[in-house]
Amino acid sequence: MKIVVCIKQVPDTTEIKIDPKTGTLIRDGVPSIMNPDDKSGLEMALQLKDENGAHVTVITMGPPQADLILREAYAMGVDRAIHLTDRKFAGADTLATSHALAGALRKIDFDLLITGRQAIDGDTAQVGPQIAEHLDLPQVSYLEDLKFDGDKTFTMKRHIEEGYQMLEVEAPCVVTVLSSANNPRYMSVGGIVDAYQNEVEVWGFNEIEVDEKNLGLKGSPTSVHKAFARGLKPAGELYEVETDEAVGIIIKKLKEKFILN
Amino acid sequence: MDFSLTKEQVLFQQMIKDFAEREVKPLAAEVDEQERFPIETVEKMAKIGIMGIPIPKQYGGAGGNNVMYSMAVEELSAVCATTGVIVSAHTSLCAAPIMENGTEAQKQKYLPKLASGEWIGAFGLTEPNAGTDAAGQQTTAVEDGDNYIINGSKIFITNAEYAHVYVIFAMTDKSKGTRGITAFIIEKGTPGFSIGKKEKKMGIRGSATCELIFENVVLPKENMLGKLNKGFGIAMKTLDGGRIGIAAQALGIAQGAINETVRYVKERKQFGRPISGFQNTQFQLADMNTKTEASRMLVRKAANKKDQKVPYSVDAAMCKLYAAETAMEVTNKAVQLHGGYGYTREYPVERMMRDAKITEIYEGTSEVQRMVISANMLK
Repeated sequence: MKIVVCIKQVPDTTEIKIDPKTGTLIRDGVPSIMNPDDKSGLEMALQLKDENGAHVTVITMGPPQADLILREAYAMGVDRAIHLTDRKFAGADTLATSHALAGALRKIDFDLLITGRQAIDGDTAQVGPQIAEHLDLPQVSYLEDLKFDGDKTFTMKRHIEEGYQMLEVEAPCVVTVLSSANNPRYMSVGGIVDAYQNEVEVWGFNEIEVDEKNLGLKGSPTSVHKAFARGLKPAGELYEVETDEAVGIIIKKLKEKFILN
Repeated sequence: MDFSLTKEQVLFQQMIKDFAEREVKPLAAEVDEQERFPIETVEKMAKIGIMGIPIPKQYGGAGGNNVMYSMAVEELSAVCATTGVIVSAHTSLCAAPIMENGTEAQKQKYLPKLASGEWIGAFGLTEPNAGTDAAGQQTTAVEDGDNYIINGSKIFITNAEYAHVYVIFAMTDKSKGTRGITAFIIEKGTPGFSIGKKEKKMGIRGSATCELIFENVVLPKENMLGKLNKGFGIAMKTLDGGRIGIAAQALGIAQGAINETVRYVKERKQFGRPISGFQNTQFQLADMNTKTEASRMLVRKAANKKDQKVPYSVDAAMCKLYAAETAMEVTNKAVQLHGGYGYTREYPVERMMRDAKITEIYEGTSEVQRMVISANMLK
């Protein structure tokens, strides 16, 4: 089985602060990470590889520094990494991004294409489904689980508002995965040692199959009207415990913050 | 001259910090309180290659280097010094001497199991009457045909209860002092070999420190590590490497205490403002951080020299001495800045201060490090 996983490098939004004067994001010193939903998609692919044997390719579109997440993917156990980068791709919205990725994917043979549900910097959840449309492939979004029958059928568990939907889908197809689907593995030490020995294939416009007018700023119908910071609220911690224990936890927290003595 | 980490080391640091934060830190207080060996953490570390970082790939290791290994011990110790020393003793004191002195057959037999973490390693040199004075060994190995018969005991052995393979030292010729010591490899379960009492310690309370007892243990000659009567040199070289591990542990403890203190002083209010606003707090933090960073430079320099295969004994002694004394000083200040809360087990700096003390004692006391450093100056 051949699997391709689309991954994206994003700023770690849990670490981002807002400039109180301008209301813009302070991105200086904010670490870049592999988008969490994508990482779970990658873990799903690697589990399929562990269980059934598979060849796993990762692809990302982004500036040169996005190389880091491809090295991370190698250290987690992928077999091939492709970096789509070209000035012609710059300024892309989701539609232009999905055109570029679809253009690259036309050059790759695969049975299963996995993307994360959405990226934490844009939260659109559009790129995966758009790729499926460009490539005219069946798509299943919001996956919690996926099993392979060893031949060509996948059994999928899809998250919907009221519960779950179970589906059977034949390869080739496109799925988008939720970060709650699994706990992605750590990079292995041996994988890290070899990460920069492996080749990352760098592809530009000339390597892919796509109409230039669909790319970059020209191919992006989205225009941002206004960006503003919404009120900040810490994420909080969730405890599912008995009342007595909950009271103890609340009192301990209030003491830690010196609200109670 | 370049002080920056390599690309691989940057990736490694990202992984090990994440691992320490999510897998090790949540257990640290419990491991200390219950004096419990965190075997589940060892299994998780084994799975991703942390138990075999500097062991070559041909022997099943990760093929990394000593700088990466020191970074691992540092980051693990920043959240749990017990976990740090488990990795350090396993790697520096058991896998390393087998790698450096073993026959090809010994390497093939032991390194893959140690590197994969299937087996845990330990090291036995210290005896009740032979600490710094290694020539005072009373454990003996007497030749008997194709075997050696081992009798005696070892104390303060890290990982003892959970280890599967031990590098130990015994007198093969008492008349020759340090020139009569030989190293052996002994496996758990060898008849006559047993684990004695477990120490109740001030710090690193999860690390299973026990006595090893040898009663007429028959060891085949192929278990000799290195040559006959060359054990003292093996022990000293092994401890040189081990000191980098312990210095990294001390460095991690200091950094961990700083991390906790920075968070605390921003939250703790006195006289209507966070105590981070007071100049005393600021100056203390500046000193703590500067000394810790200096320790890090010494540790990385020694580890890098070991990787470059140039002599590093003095560098190892310096980083161990400085990082250990810094850990003690920084954790002491961290407790002071926490005030009364810092003296309670509600806050991790109390544990960190107890953990720091051992780094001034084991694998060569601070006094021994000063002897090594000054002897090199005066030779």
